[in-house]
Amino acid sequence: MDMRFSPEELAFRDEVREFIANNYPQELRGARRGEMSKEDILKWHRILYKKGWVVPHWPVEYGGTGWTITQRYIWNEENARAETTPLLPFGLSMVGPVIYTFGNEEQKKRFLPGILSGDDWWCQGYSEPGSGSDLASLRTKAVREGDHYIVNGSKTWTTLAQHADWMFCLVRTDPNAKQQEGISFLLIDMKTPGITVRPIITMDGSHEVNEVFLEEVKVPAENLIGEENKGWTYAKFLLGNERSGIAGVARSKKAIERLKKLAGAELVDGKPLMKTDEFSRKVAEVEIDLSALEVTELRTLAAESRGRGPGPEASILKIKGTEIQQRITELAVEAVGNYALVEAPRLEVTGNEFVPGPEGSQGLAQDYFNMRKTSIYGGSNEIQHNIIAKMVLGL
Amino acid sequence: MDFSFTEEQTLLRNTVQSLLQDKYDFDTRRKVAKSADGWRPEIWAQFAELGLLAAPFSEEMGGLGGGAIETMIVMEEFGRHLVVEPYVETVVIAGGFLREGGSPAQQEAHIPGIVGGETVWAFAYAEPQGRYNLADLTTTAKKDGSGYTINGYKAVVLGAPWAQKLIVTARTSGGQRDRDGVSVFIVDKSAAGVSTRDYPTVDGRRASEITFENVKVDADALIGQEGKGLPLVEKITDQAIAALSAEAIGCMKELNTATVEYCKTRKQFGVPIGKFQVLQHRMVDMFMAYEQSVSMTYMVNLKLTEGEAERTRAAAGAKVQIGKAGRFVGQQAVQLHGGMGMTDELNVGHYFKRLTMIDTQFGNVDYQLKRYSEAA
Repeated sequence: MDMRFSPEELAFRDEVREFIANNYPQELRGARRGEMSKEDILKWHRILYKKGWVVPHWPVEYGGTGWTITQRYIWNEENARAETTPLLPFGLSMVGPVIYTFGNEEQKKRFLPGILSGDDWWCQGYSEPGSGSDLASLRTKAVREGDHYIVNGSKTWTTLAQHADWMFCLVRTDPNAKQQEGISFLLIDMKTPGITVRPIITMDGSHEVNEVFLEEVKVPAENLIGEENKGWTYAKFLLGNERSGIAGVARSKKAIERLKKLAGAELVDGKPLMKTDEFSRKVAEVEIDLSALEVTELRTLAAESRGRGPGPEASILKIKGTEIQQRITELAVEAVGNYALVEAPRLEVTGNEFVPGPEGSQGLAQDYFNMRKTSIYGGSNEIQHNIIAKMVLGL
Repeated sequence: MDFSFTEEQTLLRNTVQSLLQDKYDFDTRRKVAKSADGWRPEIWAQFAELGLLAAPFSEEMGGLGGGAIETMIVMEEFGRHLVVEPYVETVVIAGGFLREGGSPAQQEAHIPGIVGGETVWAFAYAEPQGRYNLADLTTTAKKDGSGYTINGYKAVVLGAPWAQKLIVTARTSGGQRDRDGVSVFIVDKSAAGVSTRDYPTVDGRRASEITFENVKVDADALIGQEGKGLPLVEKITDQAIAALSAEAIGCMKELNTATVEYCKTRKQFGVPIGKFQVLQHRMVDMFMAYEQSVSMTYMVNLKLTEGEAERTRAAAGAKVQIGKAGRFVGQQAVQLHGGMGMTDELNVGHYFKRLTMIDTQFGNVDYQLKRYSEAA
C-alpha cells in the first residue's frame, strides 16, 4: 500500500498545473456557470480540445489521452484547484462513451467529432414528469414508421436543454414488454419540428433545467443506438458513469478552502468565526468526512485500474459526495450571518446590482438552495441506498 | 394548565385566515415579491382595518389590549402564507420599543401611526462586524446640544425600503462591545444624513444598507435611558424571536401537510411513495420536529413577561429548536418532493428559504445555544 504520488506523477502534476495557469481564460476566473453565456461555458472545453485533453477518460483510439487513472485523478484535482469551469458531462461523459461502446461505425464517425470539439451541445432526455426515481416507468413513446421513429411524450429536468443541439433520449418502443425491456436509446436532433423547450426556474432563481415536449417528432431510424428495446442496458451503463463522477472531492476541497476564508473574515466579538470552537469543529468534521471520501474514491479508482469497473459501491461516492457538498454550502450560509439574506442577481431578478456583504459572500444562500438538487438528481440518495442494500449487502 | 385559545383569540385567527385565504394566495405573493415595490400597501391598510396592527397595544394606547399570544396567532397564519409585509419590524419591534420603553409622549406621537397603518418602521441594529452581538456597535450617537448626532453604518435592515421611521441602536459611551453605553433612537428615514441602498433578500423581501452621516436628532428621539438601552433591546428582540418562532411553525405546518399529501399521491414503482418505510419515518421525524417547535413557540410566548434569565432561556431555546427543525423540515420537504421541490413555481422551496432565513435572523442555532448555556 502506498498513497503517495511517484516522482513521475509529481512531474505530471506540475506540467498540467502549469498548463492550466497559462491557458485558462482570465475572464472566466470566479465566474459561476449560472451566469455564463453558452460560449463562455464552452471556452475551456475548446482550449482542451485543441490541446487533446478534453476526454482523458476515453480510449486513445477515440481521442483519449492514455493517462493512467492516477494521472486522470491529478488532472481533475488540478482543475478543481484552479476552479476551472467544469466541462459539461452530457456529451463527454454520458453519451460519448455510450456511442463508442454500443454505437455502430457510422454513428461514431458522425457524432464523436462534434462531442469532442464542443460543436454539438448534448442534453439528457431521461426523467419524465411521471418517472423520476422509477426511471424505467418512462412513457415517451417511439413508433417505427418505415425508416423513422415517431416520438411523442415529454422529458423534464433537462439540464441546459435551452442550448442543446442534440438530446439522447430514452423512449418506449415496446409497450407490451416488461418495463425495462421495451426501452430504446435514440439520438434526437433538437431542431426537429415538434420539439418545444420550456424553462423551469429553480428556487435560487437560476435557469438550468427545462421541460422538453416532443410532439410527432420524426427521428431517422439510423439514430437508434444498439438494438431496439435494449436501451435500458445502455442507460444503466451511462448512469454508472454518472455516479462515479459525482463525488466531486477535489471541488469540495476547494469549497472548504473558500469556507475557511469566509469564516476567517467573519467576526464574533472581534475574533474570527473560524477560531470559535463551535464553527471550527463543524468545518473539521466535514473536512474529515471529505478525507474519508477521498480515500474511498481512490480505492474505487485503484480497483478500476485493475479492471473492475465502478460497481454498485459507486453509490457511496454519490451519497457521501453530495452530502458533503450540501454541508459545505450550509456552513457557508452560517458563516456570513446576516448577509446570507442578500439576494444576488440571477436570471429572474432584475435591476439588482447592489449586493452588499463581505468578499465572497455573494449568492451563498442561493448556492445552498441550489445544491439541494444534488441529493435528488442522478438517482436520488434514497435510491442509492436501495442500490447498496440490494446489490452490495444482498438484502 | 390550559393550552386552549379564548373565543376572541380564535376569532382573531379566523379573521386573519379568511383575509389571507382571500388575498394572499401563493401566486399573488410570488408576483408581489418580484414587483418593483415588493409589498402591498393596500394589504397593510387592510391589516390596519382589521385591527391586526393594533393587536398588542393596550386600549389606552389605541390598541386592542392583546399580548404575545395574539401576536403568535397572527404570525403563525402569516407564516402559512409567507407574508412579506413588515409586521415584525413595525408592530412587534418598533411597537415593542415604544410600548416597553417609550415615554407617554413618544407613545402618543408614534403608536397611532402604527395602529392606523400610516407609518412603517424598520430596526437598524446589525453591523457588519457585530454578527449577532447586539452590543457590538461602532455606530455612535454623540451628545450635541440638547440632542444627538449619529454616525455609523447598519447592515441588512429588513423592511427598510418600505419604512418611514427607523429604530436605531448606537453607542453613546463605552467600548465597542460593552453592555453599558448602548442607546436606542427614533430616526426619520428622510432625515438629513441618512442614506440607504436597497436590495431584495432571498426570502422574497427587501432590505437596505444604511449609512448615518452626522444625522441630528432631538433629545426626544431617545427611547429609555441614555446608555442603558441594551436590556430593552434584548427584551424586544426576544419578543421578535417569539414572533418569528410562530411564523416558522406556520411554515413548517404547511410544508408537512404538502409533503404528506404529495407522498400519498406521487406514484413510483407502482405505489404511492408514501408506502416506503424510509419515507414514512422521515415524515414522522418532520412531524415530531414540528410538534416540538409548536411547544417551544407556546413556551416562549408564555414566558416573555418572566424575569430576564428565564425569558432569555425560553427565547434562546425556542430559536434553537426552530432553527434546527426549520432546517430539517425544509430540506426534507424539498427532498421528498424531488425535482418539483426545487422549483420556483411550487411553494415548497419558498417556505424552505424563509425558514433558512428565520434561522439567521437575531442569532442562529450556534449563537442561541451559547446564549442559552450562558444564561442557564
